[in-house]
Amino acid sequence: MNKLIVSPSPHAATRESVPSLMYGVIISLLPALGVSVYYFGIGMVIVTAVSVLSCILFEYLIQKFVMKVKTTHLDGSALLTGLLLAFCLPANLPLWMVMIGALVAVGIAKMTFGGLGNNIFNPALVGRVFLFISFPVAMTSWPQPGQWLKYTDALTGATPLGVMKEGLATKSVAEIMPELPSFLNLFLGNTMGSAGEVAAFALLIGMIYLLYKKIITWHIPISILGTVFLFTGILWLANPDRFADPLFHMLTGGLMLGAIYMATDYVTSPMSTKGMLIYGVGIGVVTVLIRVFGAYPEGVQFAILIFNGFTPLLNKYIKPKRFGKVVSNG
Amino acid sequence: MSLKTFSKGGVHPPENKLSAGVSIQKIPLPEVVVIPLSQHLGAPSKVLVKRGDEVKVGQLIAQSDGFISTNIHSSVSGKVLKVDLFPDSSGYRKMAVQIQVEGDTWMEDIDRSEDLVRNTVLEQADIRKKMLEAGIVGLGGATFPSHVKLMVPSGKTAEYLIINGVECEPYLTADQMLMQEHPTELAAGISLLMKGLGVEKAILGIENNKPDAIRIMKEATKDSAIEVQALKVMYPQGGEKQLVQALLKREVPSGGLPIDVGVVVFNVGTAYATYMAVMKNRPLIERVVTVSGKSLEKPSNFKVRVGTPVSYLIEQAGGLPEDTAKVINGGPMMGKALSSLDVPVVKGSSGILIIKEEEAARKEILPCIRCTRCVGVCPMGLEPYLLMTQSEKGLYERMEQEKVMDCIECGSCSYTCPSARPLLDYIRLGKAEVGKIMRSRKAV
Ligand code: SF4
Ligand code: SF4
Repeated sequence: MNKLIVSPSPHAATRESVPSLMYGVIISLLPALGVSVYYFGIGMVIVTAVSVLSCILFEYLIQKFVMKVKTTHLDGSALLTGLLLAFCLPANLPLWMVMIGALVAVGIAKMTFGGLGNNIFNPALVGRVFLFISFPVAMTSWPQPGQWLKYTDALTGATPLGVMKEGLATKSVAEIMPELPSFLNLFLGNTMGSAGEVAAFALLIGMIYLLYKKIITWHIPISILGTVFLFTGILWLANPDRFADPLFHMLTGGLMLGAIYMATDYVTSPMSTKGMLIYGVGIGVVTVLIRVFGAYPEGVQFAILIFNGFTPLLNKYIKPKRFGKVVSNG
Repeated sequence: MSLKTFSKGGVHPPENKLSAGVSIQKIPLPEVVVIPLSQHLGAPSKVLVKRGDEVKVGQLIAQSDGFISTNIHSSVSGKVLKVDLFPDSSGYRKMAVQIQVEGDTWMEDIDRSEDLVRNTVLEQADIRKKMLEAGIVGLGGATFPSHVKLMVPSGKTAEYLIINGVECEPYLTADQMLMQEHPTELAAGISLLMKGLGVEKAILGIENNKPDAIRIMKEATKDSAIEVQALKVMYPQGGEKQLVQALLKREVPSGGLPIDVGVVVFNVGTAYATYMAVMKNRPLIERVVTVSGKSLEKPSNFKVRVGTPVSYLIEQAGGLPEDTAKVINGGPMMGKALSSLDVPVVKGSSGILIIKEEEAARKEILPCIRCTRCVGVCPMGLEPYLLMTQSEKGLYERMEQEKVMDCIECGSCSYTCPSARPLLDYIRLGKAEVGKIMRSRKAV
């Protein structure tokens, strides 16, 4: 008999691992990916492939040659960042811009902080915001859905949120609505927008999968979506001429993608459920403020990044309820 | 209606109750036993025998030495070979009595019949005295002397007796089989404990993965003040604080004991041993031990005399498999890995678990991805990821503020971490340091 191993308890471990969780999220994104390919065709395929491959490659190169640590480019997290970055870009964005976005996401937002687990801001969102600021025109020329074989030559148009923002300067909501796709089309994703964020229903299917598999809990997505719904609902009730109805806000822009996938990123979101709720409500409020009163038609990405920045503070001061605070026989 | 369980955290590891339903089996006596003088929490007992003495089964060989201490009896008949230092399951050498087994001669005053004795004229104080005399300790693993637990500190009142039949550790089935095979004795034991404690109400909590035990115990207790409560399967429900919370919705305060909320908790094995001690005059010299493991030929529940070598038990269950990597004293979540099989079964041994090489392989430790799983499963509402970082950095004062001393070392956090981080290892380290700091503060 060999020598017995003596190690401290527990002597059993879950079968879950970092890759299994990451690939779980990736699987949940497949319906949305399918819908996006259906609407944006070859452009979506190219942008996604380039984004994913660049993220994996940059992670590998940086870890191998710059940080000189063990490479983890295949643990699923770089793939996921690449996928999420592609999802929040227009499907007609030129290759090289996608690659810059990937470099910023992995190189700056993730690796300069020390790699997975140490970054403060969501890498994919940092990449997207960097591109948005650097190439505002390319980042806001959205291809119209249904142009299967077109890439950078696709016909473009404005997003529903953009149309709404612009229109409200001169018209009322009721006058703008006919210019927009129907709610059914918004729900299905048949509209203009970033490649992966259009299909609300596919993203909701992804959320159900994530909840069912217990990869995420409901606290963050539901508190964001609930807050946006309530806040825009109140505004709409107060003045339906000036403010779009809550359903419109729920189905447009990057809200679903942001609430379900970006804000729930483990590394950059709070550790306690109470913290998660504060974070979710905060993101919801800031999103609506930017959308309704700010200069940009969409604000969810900024809102998430702002609250990523608050996360360390929330973790420090919002503690889970400890066992044994109530004394009853004392 | 959904079943009761505790409200915070918890995990559900694969149950692997391989020996469930395997009846309790008596095994032949070993040739030599080693009976440690410290099998309980508190002061070691004072030895009464010396080399060459002849002893009988049930004879007192070491006496309680202090308020928190208890008696120890010979589990066999034969000749004392040595009173010396022997390795115990902790890996340390401790004082023990080694006895060469000769025949099986019992003390005359022990009732060895199977007849059920129920009615008792014994008073509260007599029950406690009997329990001390018989060396009864908590058989769930904590091995706290039971007679001490029955003495409610002044200023507190006991309202409920809770009997722990949860057996939430994977693999272990000793308590389950005891409930299935000795329900009437167990019920009688529970009544004795109620009397000893002076309470009117008792609740026996059993997890729902033991439907036979629940049915049988309900039947055995139907005309009594003992309530049997089925519980949802959730680890660590067998933890005292979790069990009290699950059954009564009362939270034992931080740093407190169940009696602070009017409750005293005993394990089913202890209740059985109490019956044997009080009604049959039989000291605690044997217990049921589960011997299990996926690679083991015959996962079993054995009735074992205290002092029997672990290696002997494994032989009885088919022998140690070739690919064994670890042998655990206890269950997989909280049990201790043995460094040698040449150690005795003691009063607190509930199981011996054989772990194969492939099961023992530790996963590579990865950075914390802040997935919040460890926070979510901690039954004490702690933040294990944070405690580990603080322990690594030596921030012990911060750990104390973060309530590290509330940690019950259930291992749920380490179990659940997808990055395979050894959270509990670091938390234990921190607890030891914080404990030192707290003691030195008291000393000043
Ligand atoms: S071992 Fe301690 S910190 Fe870890 S889950 Fe259990 S009680 Fe919480
Ligand atoms: S379970 Fe592990 S990876 Fe997840 S937060 Fe806790 S320590 Fe970090």
